[in-house]
Amino acid sequence: MKASLSWLKKYITIDMELSELADALTMAGLEVDNIYDRYEYLDKVVVGCITEIKPHPNADRLSLCTITTGDDQINLVCGADNIKTGMHVPLALPGAELPGGFVIKKSVIRGEASGGILCSATELGLGEDKKGIMNLPDNLKLGESLAIALKLSDPVLEIDLTPNRPDCLGIIGVAREIAAFQNKQVQYPSSKPIASAELDENISDLTSVKIENTDLCSRYGAKLFKNVKIGHSPLWLKDRLISTGIRPINNFVDITNYVMMETGQPLHAFDFDKLAEKRIVVRTAKKGENFITLDNKKRTLSKQMLMICDGEKPVAIAGVMGGLNSEVTDTTTSVLLESAYFDPSSIRKTSKKFSLNTDAAHRFERGVDPAGTIKALKRAVQLIEKTKCGTVINGIIDENPVPYKPLSINVKLEEINSLLGTNIKRNKIIELLQGIEFSVKNKTKDEFDNLFIITPPSYRVDIKRPVDIIEEIARLYGYNRIPVTFPAIPAKTKKSSSYIVYKKQIKSLMTGLGFSECINYSFINNRSAARLNLEPDDARYNMVNLLNPLSKDHAVMRSSLIPGMLETMRRNITRNVYNLKLFEIGKIFIHKGEDVLPREKEIIAGLLTGTREESNWHNQDNPVDFYDLKGAVEALFDALKINKTASVKFTMLPDNQCYYTKPGYTAQIISGNKTAGIIGEVNHRVLNNFNLSAKAFIFEINLTELYKLIPETVFAEPVPKFPAVSRDITMIVDKNFESANILENESLLKENLLEKLELLAVFEGEPIPTDKKSISFRITYRSAQGTLEDNTINKIHKKLSDNLITEFNAALPE
Amino acid sequence: MNDHINQIEKNALQELESADCKKSLEALIVKYLGRKGLVTQFLRNISKLPQDERPEAGKQANLTKKSLNAAFQKQQRDIENKSLQTEDRIDVSLPGRPTATGSLHPITHITDRICDIFLRFGFDIAEGPEVETDYYNFEALNIPKNHPARDMQDTFYISDNIVLRTHTSPIQIRIMEQQEPPVRIIAPGKVYRCDSDLTHTPMFHQVEGLMVDKKITFADLKGMLTLFVHQIFDDKISLRFRPSFFPFTEPSAEVDILCVICRGKGCRVCSGTGWLEVLGCGMVHPAVFENAGYDTKQYKGFAFGMGIERIAMLKYRIDDIRKYFENDLRFLRQF
Repeated sequence: MKASLSWLKKYITIDMELSELADALTMAGLEVDNIYDRYEYLDKVVVGCITEIKPHPNADRLSLCTITTGDDQINLVCGADNIKTGMHVPLALPGAELPGGFVIKKSVIRGEASGGILCSATELGLGEDKKGIMNLPDNLKLGESLAIALKLSDPVLEIDLTPNRPDCLGIIGVAREIAAFQNKQVQYPSSKPIASAELDENISDLTSVKIENTDLCSRYGAKLFKNVKIGHSPLWLKDRLISTGIRPINNFVDITNYVMMETGQPLHAFDFDKLAEKRIVVRTAKKGENFITLDNKKRTLSKQMLMICDGEKPVAIAGVMGGLNSEVTDTTTSVLLESAYFDPSSIRKTSKKFSLNTDAAHRFERGVDPAGTIKALKRAVQLIEKTKCGTVINGIIDENPVPYKPLSINVKLEEINSLLGTNIKRNKIIELLQGIEFSVKNKTKDEFDNLFIITPPSYRVDIKRPVDIIEEIARLYGYNRIPVTFPAIPAKTKKSSSYIVYKKQIKSLMTGLGFSECINYSFINNRSAARLNLEPDDARYNMVNLLNPLSKDHAVMRSSLIPGMLETMRRNITRNVYNLKLFEIGKIFIHKGEDVLPREKEIIAGLLTGTREESNWHNQDNPVDFYDLKGAVEALFDALKINKTASVKFTMLPDNQCYYTKPGYTAQIISGNKTAGIIGEVNHRVLNNFNLSAKAFIFEINLTELYKLIPETVFAEPVPKFPAVSRDITMIVDKNFESANILENESLLKENLLEKLELLAVFEGEPIPTDKKSISFRITYRSAQGTLEDNTINKIHKKLSDNLITEFNAALPE
Repeated sequence: MNDHINQIEKNALQELESADCKKSLEALIVKYLGRKGLVTQFLRNISKLPQDERPEAGKQANLTKKSLNAAFQKQQRDIENKSLQTEDRIDVSLPGRPTATGSLHPITHITDRICDIFLRFGFDIAEGPEVETDYYNFEALNIPKNHPARDMQDTFYISDNIVLRTHTSPIQIRIMEQQEPPVRIIAPGKVYRCDSDLTHTPMFHQVEGLMVDKKITFADLKGMLTLFVHQIFDDKISLRFRPSFFPFTEPSAEVDILCVICRGKGCRVCSGTGWLEVLGCGMVHPAVFENAGYDTKQYKGFAFGMGIERIAMLKYRIDDIRKYFENDLRFLRQF
């Protein structure tokens, strides 16, 4: 809402500085977003003096002028015939933007350069003379901007209104707020007719209004005008409209807009002669009916839309926009003026449906003054008489099937102060509420039973409950005067959710392991599942589609974190950042059906690419591999005390299940019979799909599954008192033998004295046959009871080794 | 007598200067502080002095003993250090062997800081779904269908009744449905709005707070949030509570802090106003309590919400909101 200071001053004396006024409005809940002078556009229009006039060599009706602005001489082309040398004129320089949006540029007119434009009063929005160049007084200083020279200044307050305050969508509403904090009265404009109608005819003989849907239109007022002369509005009226950002159209339309901007009540003017049967019917549309609105667009109506119709057909979408078929044009001679109250949610449905957020719809959907219908209509009549654009027909139509009933709200003094934490006195409350024209009755039995019976004014449609009254008191009293206290916190607290605690811990462990956290958008391209080479029946194709996505790349909710990670990898690589160690914790979404919430699963994913560390003097560049990533995941599990041999296993993911990872280079992370996640090298086809070529390794683990593996607590074990003994074993096995066969071998782990089992080395190549490899383990033995004898150990070790060799058909090295 | 002990000290210190090896130092210690040393003997002889001279002589002798002890010890250290000096040296200015460290996303840092402050106020952390029903995201929060308040948030729709949550406020309802008062929760999470420009990304993060109990007032809300703002920004920052409108709170307020960039003078960051909006808050609207099944006669409460990106921008002086989700490692590593 834009309110110029000059218009506000019509209704309220303002004795505050502009910045104080803006602050006070903001602190009353009407946030002033911006203040600007509406004559700012005259900054690049300066006072000039014509020093020379020559005929244009190529055009009879144009002249070449030289203008001095004191310091500069400007040559330009001018077509006006009232110019004389020595005349002081407004000169619009290149860059100036005139009302109507015309931007001045340097140009060449019929072969002659023109460095500016001399303006008429109309062009500058300063007068009605549009024939000649504006003749400025000779005493103005040359080169000075017109706004300064003519002392033109009118600050405009741009107010960011919250949707609960439609009453302030008219200048009077803003004036009322200013009145409240200035302790003054609003001077309301009179709506008394200027002259009584001269015609004998009465409106009721000429037309009628019938409301069929009284639930959607509780009041409809109409006035009729004859001998209408459509033309321009007077300057003062146009000027006011421009100050609020509304473009003047013609006198009738301008008056409807003027009243709307003044009171907040939208009006609509119909060309009366174009109404079939010369009557108005307010009813809902017929399904599929077509209608052309004023903006010349064809609209298909649906059944519940409220329409203003004549005897045959719709002539306007109620409260949203008029129809082309009843538009007031230059040839209109009689006008029916409408002022009505429409049901807010019905108007909103229609305006949303057509994306028609007109000034009228904006007000109706928030709620206009239900008792202001006729007052606004009368104000318009008065302005029509004042500007002499038509003759008023006697009488008024006021269909009011559902009369407005004022509300009565009861609030207790104690209720007010106990919600606000204040001790505001009874009289202060009455004073504050009366300041915004609430009627207050106070029944006082005693100090504790102090009841206010309050009737808000009809235009305050947001006030319905006691708490609405309390908010008014708080805001008028001043939020900053309300004390600052601290609530008592009960001793009873809940135990923190350990899932959330662990999530935080996992994030910090990952950073300790060298991974940086990234956050990718939850929406991805709907081709992402295909880009991951997923099988057609994969659940990750069941993506949640947005009905109104911002772009193709953000069209569906992600069903995997991997596409986002790969996009991030690509983004970094295009910026020459090649070594990445990233992780993300976020949700994936799997569609479960229409109108059902999708399944949301929280996932941790990691990505590794480039070299192990940035080049440095200690190390050569070592490219990362599978084991770098696996080591990090194992370290994470260790730090979380997840006992990896007992409950978590890394096993080869079968080749036919490797969709976006490389077969043979992918492990599934299994706990019990559940797969918690996978880890592996990204498949080159998938890399291609994401325009990547560098090797990358990823892991993804379901965070809920991981969480289940974390022990709630661990119990301390005694530190061993007796020394350990270790023995190594080397075996020749098949090349594709998985070391987990030994590391997780049950018969080995069953041995009581075995403390630790570790992999020492894996070797392929000479002298080992090509289809074999050698693999070495170290077994550490320890007893809690005493120092182990060599003999005992040798026996046990031999037994275990022999078992392994038999079990896996292995050979001992030669 | 004092002259005598002073002379002993003077001699000892003089001799110390030439005691440059372990052996000569040890001899010196024996000579003065040993069992038959000069200082020891002097102390022993004090008892033979006249009664009135004894205290002063004793005091002097002890001081001498102390100062010689210290001097000898220092010399001993110097001698030892000297013996350790060799030609074997390393270049300590060479960079250390790199140990990889990663970094948390700035959003995580700020979320954690905010949550930690409220955890100390006895709040619990809660979470909720990011894809929500229209009921939890809007209707239960007193934002009916076809209400202009829906314009305050540009919504991503999945279907007529399913949306991407536009704020973390639906968690309020979900918690109140599960839990009887008193309630104190803080709920961080991702939210989505159909908006993308220099200052908006279609996904961002919020933290929601809710406190419900029998005697909660607007003054308490002011107290809690003032304390919070002082902890997250700094103790001296000015703030103001400005009337505003949210359908799910009443009275509602926005909390503005004095611009951290220009300190209120007006700059580009605060669009010349001198103030920065950091929080929305208010007393829980009775309609919300009714929807959640709480007795509005018995319980009062306040709720608040804030955008994490905005607070992170102010704290870290990040000038472009899109940086958060580009995940350029050179950006991420700074936090």
